[in-house]
Amino acid sequence: MATPFREILKTKDFVVTAEVGPVKGSNVSKAIEHIELLKDKVDGLNVTDNQSSVMRYPSLGICLLIKEHGGEPVFQVTCRDRNRLAIQADLLFAYSRGVSNVLCLTGDSIDVGDHKEAKQVFDLDSVQLIHLVHTLNSGKDMAGNELDGGIDFCIGTTATPSADPLEPQLIKVEKKLKAGVSFIQTQAIYELDELKRFTEFVRNRDEKVKILAGIVPVIGAKMAAYMNENVPGIFIPQHLIDELAQAPKGTGVSKGIEIAARMIKQIKEEKICDGVHIMFIGREEKVPEILEAAGLL
Amino acid sequence: MNGCIVAFCCEHSAYPAADLAGKLRLHYPENIRVIRVPCAGRVDVIHILKALEKGAAAVLVLGCEDGACHHITGNTRAKERVKYCNMLLKEVQIDGRPVAMFNLSPNAPHKFVSAVNEITKIIKESGR
Amino acid sequence: MIIAERKPMEEIEQAMAPYKKVLVAGCGTCVAVCWAGGEKEVEILASQLRLARSAEGNEIVTLEATVERQCEKEMVAELKDKVAEVEAVLSLACGSGVQTMAELFEDKPVFPAVNTTFIGMPEKEGLWVEMCGACGDCVLDRTGGICPIVRCAKGLLNGPCGGTRKGGKCEIDPEKDCAWVLIYRRLEKQGRLDLMREYYSPRNFRAVKRPGRVQAVKA
Repeated sequence: MATPFREILKTKDFVVTAEVGPVKGSNVSKAIEHIELLKDKVDGLNVTDNQSSVMRYPSLGICLLIKEHGGEPVFQVTCRDRNRLAIQADLLFAYSRGVSNVLCLTGDSIDVGDHKEAKQVFDLDSVQLIHLVHTLNSGKDMAGNELDGGIDFCIGTTATPSADPLEPQLIKVEKKLKAGVSFIQTQAIYELDELKRFTEFVRNRDEKVKILAGIVPVIGAKMAAYMNENVPGIFIPQHLIDELAQAPKGTGVSKGIEIAARMIKQIKEEKICDGVHIMFIGREEKVPEILEAAGLL
Repeated sequence: MNGCIVAFCCEHSAYPAADLAGKLRLHYPENIRVIRVPCAGRVDVIHILKALEKGAAAVLVLGCEDGACHHITGNTRAKERVKYCNMLLKEVQIDGRPVAMFNLSPNAPHKFVSAVNEITKIIKESGR
Repeated sequence: MIIAERKPMEEIEQAMAPYKKVLVAGCGTCVAVCWAGGEKEVEILASQLRLARSAEGNEIVTLEATVERQCEKEMVAELKDKVAEVEAVLSLACGSGVQTMAELFEDKPVFPAVNTTFIGMPEKEGLWVEMCGACGDCVLDRTGGICPIVRCAKGLLNGPCGGTRKGGKCEIDPEKDCAWVLIYRRLEKQGRLDLMREYYSPRNFRAVKRPGRVQAVKA
């Protein structure tokens, strides 16, 4: 059985989490492979929630599989697809089956996904969602009713340190800190100065929250350009795009891994923040390589 | 009006030009109906559409040269309206009934004639 | 005001296909201002239909009429005689007008010729932008006069989301501004950023229980 994530956050120097992206369909065999591959190499495994607004096997389903296989899941919950009743209900269910870590996110817009005519729910936003989990944690639902059988989630959220303009984003981060979070997993970081500035901002307001820098390996200059244009919250600087462009043909993936590992090492050595959150969706089998190259295995 | 070319002629430019073309006995097709207007900008989209409804084979809007409009922007507006009109016709798949704008000065009867000839050619080519 | 856009011509032509005599009815208020369904647009659409049907060899007779406000029963009632002469009505009014027409003349099929889109204002000539979501619980006092319900693509009360594009543009559309960046700038100008730092609890989505119903009292 894995150590509860909230304990790891309190005691470990450098926390490492990774992500498992569910597939479109009921075939969970690949997810199980990834779980088996990663569960003992990282402190927590996030499962995305209809990531990029593409309909997939639910986060909660994979979280249960992670539990079954002895890993420690982080249940990602967005506000895009479910209203406050459905979210509360899901949290009750999740907790009852041993899932006790939740990541609160707003969620990508419907337009970036594959069901472009669907209704966007956004009954809540991410800050309200954090408050909601605290309410449930305290033994009541959002309407003030007492719960028969409570929950106790370890609450995390996201942030975008490379947002431009940054100030509005920081105001929101402040609200999230005030609401109370145990960990922040940032969007992909490519500039460590941005990370340092962000960490300082957070530390000045909350000394306890753990900051895990988001690491998304980029495997080619074209991919980098595509991501800059199409993936919300991602900003890859030109010098990295150039470095990728110069890599010999066919070495894109290893170059991406090299750059990612380099960043992780630097973050760890300089103690810039409390850990990393590695997102390599579609290439989960390569995550151990990154961990190895970064000296984390 | 069946099969006619309706030509809205600005009284400051196209109308005197058409008149001069007549006086000089320049040759141009007979089936042209000249309508005198105080400015090309006076011609509204509905006037063009109604001319076509009444059977016109084509509609011309003729106004002053760029920068020479007596009402400053009348010819510019006319140009935009003609463009819009063509879009409206395309929407309902009415092809081959050209609507076009030409700019000329009052002492350019040959320009009037060439505009009419050009439109006549387009009509013939579209088989109407 | 209410902004509408004319429907694609194929839809209108298809709707009118079974009919030989129709009333093309416009409205002189909102849709006239946004160039979708006023007297001028009625004229043009009727002419387009006549031209198209004539070319097909299936003529259509169109009556044309524009009332000041198609959402007022008394004004729509004035069209009684014209409606009696036709097989169907093609209304260029917003949804409110179309339905008033349909209610007053229940025996006649009434077709919408425009898609009603939003409550908005002209950013510049001919360019209409959505401003108000008719949410029934106005929070413009807290956001420097910028509506987070409809100008934020996700309707967030504690924005921005993490997807803001470089330069403060919206995740969903790079042409559109991130409303929360606009709110930030406006409040900063006024020295009232404390309003943005406040936590806003979840929205009351039932502030207007649809279908909405308001009883006003005249002063």
